[in-house]
Amino acid sequence: MELFQFGFMRRALAAGMIVGVLCPLIGIFLVLRRMSLIGDSLSHVALAGVAAGIVSGVYPPAAALVFSVAAALGIEQLGKKYPEHAELAIAVILSAGIGTAVVLVSYAKSINIDLFGYLFGNILTVGPGDMWLIAALGSFILVFVGIYFRELFFIAFDEEGARIAGIPVKKINLLFTILVAMTITLSMRIVGALLVSSLMVIPVAAGIQTAKSFKHAVLMSVVFAQISVVLGIVFSYHLELASGGTIVLLSVVLLMLVLGFKSLSNK
Amino acid sequence: MNMEKLISIKNVSFSYGSRPVLENINLDIYRGDYMGIVGPNGSGKSTLLKLILGILKPAKGSIKVFGKSVDIFNRWERVGYVRQKASFFNLGFPATVEEVISANIHSGKGLFNTSVKRCRERVYEVLSHVNMEEYGGRLIGNLSGGQQQRVFIARALVNSPEVLFLDEPTVGIDLDSQREFYCLLEKLNVNMRITIVMVSHDIGVIAQKVNRIVCMGDGKLICHQNSSGEMIPEVLKKTYGDWISPIIHDH
Ligand SMILES: Nc1ncnc2c1ncn2[C@@H]1O[C@H](COP(=O)(O)OP(=O)(O)O)[C@@H](O)[C@H]1O
Ligand SMILES: [Mg+2]
Repeated sequence: MELFQFGFMRRALAAGMIVGVLCPLIGIFLVLRRMSLIGDSLSHVALAGVAAGIVSGVYPPAAALVFSVAAALGIEQLGKKYPEHAELAIAVILSAGIGTAVVLVSYAKSINIDLFGYLFGNILTVGPGDMWLIAALGSFILVFVGIYFRELFFIAFDEEGARIAGIPVKKINLLFTILVAMTITLSMRIVGALLVSSLMVIPVAAGIQTAKSFKHAVLMSVVFAQISVVLGIVFSYHLELASGGTIVLLSVVLLMLVLGFKSLSNK
Repeated sequence: MNMEKLISIKNVSFSYGSRPVLENINLDIYRGDYMGIVGPNGSGKSTLLKLILGILKPAKGSIKVFGKSVDIFNRWERVGYVRQKASFFNLGFPATVEEVISANIHSGKGLFNTSVKRCRERVYEVLSHVNMEEYGGRLIGNLSGGQQQRVFIARALVNSPEVLFLDEPTVGIDLDSQREFYCLLEKLNVNMRITIVMVSHDIGVIAQKVNRIVCMGDGKLICHQNSSGEMIPEVLKKTYGDWISPIIHDH
């Protein structure tokens, strides 16, 4: 296709497709553990990190990574204080993230164009440096999930059973939360902080509907995310729409189609 | 008979917060036992199992599993556990019976990982013990409660444990399946020499099948008998009161 003759479009597509593998892959474990809100929470903190990076002159994705990993650890720690209310820690960190972002933006006075890129996603600004970050973190996440796939599945299905089976649940949960923070940071450039968690949740919602097994659910979630990302990039280029929003809307359309098709075939 | 102690509980007390649940419990479980634990709801039966399994930590006393303190014991594949109510998991979870069971397979470290093929064979082997081999590819959430329970028993058996703990395993299961289930337990205990510890309200069965019985009430062991037939009805009467006797004589 002619649009991919441009370097920036090829980068956009490559970055988009990596994110389109990572988000549902991480997202399915979050959804099945009823922790989807954690994505929202961490992405808002990551946004505060971007703002801090812009204000202090640090490479914003690096600052975002530090912020969101710290927030992930914060959620773990706070969660221990409220073992019966997991959502409380998530809500507190989310608010802290938004608060920090807003304060930093108002401190910087001029509303920075860059910040909008991170808020809503601007796939066309993915530079070669960003590509490296996305590829490196992305490979790390893939390898981790590959190695701990059985453990992550077991914990998601039955955390207490996993603990009894001798799986180091605490350690894996902690590492996994850090992976969530990483995934969010590197996806922010593509779909925007506001929409990252949608890409972690919506393709998974569609994938689960069609699943014949857990592995199949993972595969289908990734397939739905890839369709949304690739079509979303093409559409947003031709119709001059915001890439993040287009990708997420397409994934919603896919979910609707899957749900509609399923209720028809069940009749 | 020389009796090998698998589990040894000494002077164990436990409380949830300030609420004492178990007081000064002493109990030994020997290899080959088929032990029934009975007692009214809330008497601490599930809590006792969780302490043995290391899910909860005792406030006082010591628990040894295969001779090692439960804190440092790390060969949990030798112990199987089927917990109260199979419906602890999210029914919409997209996992097949085979995936659920194979997740529990204890694999050696690093290069000695069990091969995929061997895992699969093992899964279908344990599924055949519970007459569920045709259901390996089905989603767990689409099975009936009784079928799910059998899957969880198969899961507990997958590492060939030496002792199996079951917490009210027959609740919500129809009578025919229950009968089959008790046959299975007897087979496991007699043929495969698996030690069985079962919490149950199914007093008729307990009286008939088990060879040791433990009665709990108010966080204490009220009594603890090696059952030689006739003893058991007496023991149950002491735990539950007189209304129990007609039920026992039914069987
Ligand atoms: N997680 C918990 N937190 C607080 N109290 C509990 C908890 N689990 C059980 N209990 C209380 O401890 C007592 C013993 O419970 P349990 O061991 O489940 O009894 P059983 O299995 O014999 O019915 C009950 O009074 C119950 O209310
Ligand atoms: Mg109980």
